[in-house]
Amino acid sequence: MIPGPFDYHRPASVGDAVKLLADLGDEARPLAGGHSLLPMMKLRLATPAHLIDLHGIAGLKGICRDGDRIVIGAMTTQAELLASAEIGERLPILHETALLIADPQVRYRGTLGGNVANGDPGNDMPALMLALDASYRLEGPNGAREVAAREFYQGAYFTALEPGEILTGISIPVPPAGHGYAYEKLKRKVGDYATAAAGVVLTMAGGKVASCVITLTNLHETPLLATDAANAVIGTTLDDAALKAAASAARAIMQPASDARGPAEYRIHVGGIMVMRALQRAASRAS
Amino acid sequence: MPKTHITMKVNGSEVEGLAEPRTLLVHFLREQAQLTGTHIGCETSHCGACTIDIDGMSVKSCTMLAVQANGAEITTIEGMANADGTLSPLQEGFRMMHGLQCGFCTPGMIIRAHRLLKENPSPTEAEIRAGISGNICRCTGYQNIVKAIQYAAAKINGVEFQEAAE
Repeated sequence: MIPGPFDYHRPASVGDAVKLLADLGDEARPLAGGHSLLPMMKLRLATPAHLIDLHGIAGLKGICRDGDRIVIGAMTTQAELLASAEIGERLPILHETALLIADPQVRYRGTLGGNVANGDPGNDMPALMLALDASYRLEGPNGAREVAAREFYQGAYFTALEPGEILTGISIPVPPAGHGYAYEKLKRKVGDYATAAAGVVLTMAGGKVASCVITLTNLHETPLLATDAANAVIGTTLDDAALKAAASAARAIMQPASDARGPAEYRIHVGGIMVMRALQRAASRAS
Repeated sequence: MPKTHITMKVNGSEVEGLAEPRTLLVHFLREQAQLTGTHIGCETSHCGACTIDIDGMSVKSCTMLAVQANGAEITTIEGMANADGTLSPLQEGFRMMHGLQCGFCTPGMIIRAHRLLKENPSPTEAEIRAGISGNICRCTGYQNIVKAIQYAAAKINGVEFQEAAE
């Protein structure tokens, strides 16, 4: 099984890549790690006439501290995130989630930028970026702009990316020291997309939840920010009633597809359980 | 589509050839370099039979374009034996511990385990299982593959291999 024919381009700079995308139009697709796009091309579900491989652009890789934010180049791989002491220390939820993506081989190639830019509702990083309130740097023919992850996802495979734009970096505010975090993912087997998953970032004060963000993966066409669910636990000790209220509020906004991972009713049911588990585990880690 | 001239170092030797953009690395290795030890299994990046070692990474060569490997250093199963032709510790481990039955997944398993042991020379059983989670075996139930990798780790570290009680 091989892809259909296409022309291969390997620009050395973002400017060249943007120019290629602008010149070639709809028939061109940027290529990051390729572990979503190449399988789609083998199945003829994607048939781009031009691939613009971003691997030749050295500036798109790397993890650096910028004040109270961590900025990650779009072509940084999941394996590089896992190997980073900075990520392990400052953004442990990103380490935890990267380990749940696919398998070791895929993580050597798969990139953070590709994962967040593709708009696949099954990808784990988009919901995590919502939880961390990350922003994306988009570069196109009219220059660069920053878009909040919470404003980026519009539908399955539909995002705020305009024609000719490339997502070049991800900027994440460092959560406060002592925050609790958890990404709970139910999957059928190693390497699978989530049947349902929930991310939680919270802080505790005096035994009560002081702040909380809850986000959901693969339970809608887009990743979801479960604001009502988070509000249901703020100010509580995370007792049973609060956990159940959060699960119920989260379930109210889920609209998963019925597919091989289960009927929608099942996925909504386990989605609520992922929310409760993530809340409990996050709280147990907070100080 | 016009073909591109590419070169790469495979198991220490220069390999060159012409590849269409859509040629997958696994096909280039098997058909141009004539190294058929790397197997084509699922072709969808799930099974790991096509795993090769490229520039210090384990990669599924069915999900990488040959043109993307231009200039790379690659190790395949054909490059695993010791220089004098004797079996490397991993190969010996798979033989001694019966780490294969039909053998189809074995090249990918050994190449993946090679990188795993480079990164973590003394893995726990859980780390071995997580480390080979991208490689599917439909014969062994993995038990003897795990033992084979433990055997190789012990041999590389110069300690005696002790099989855990069942």
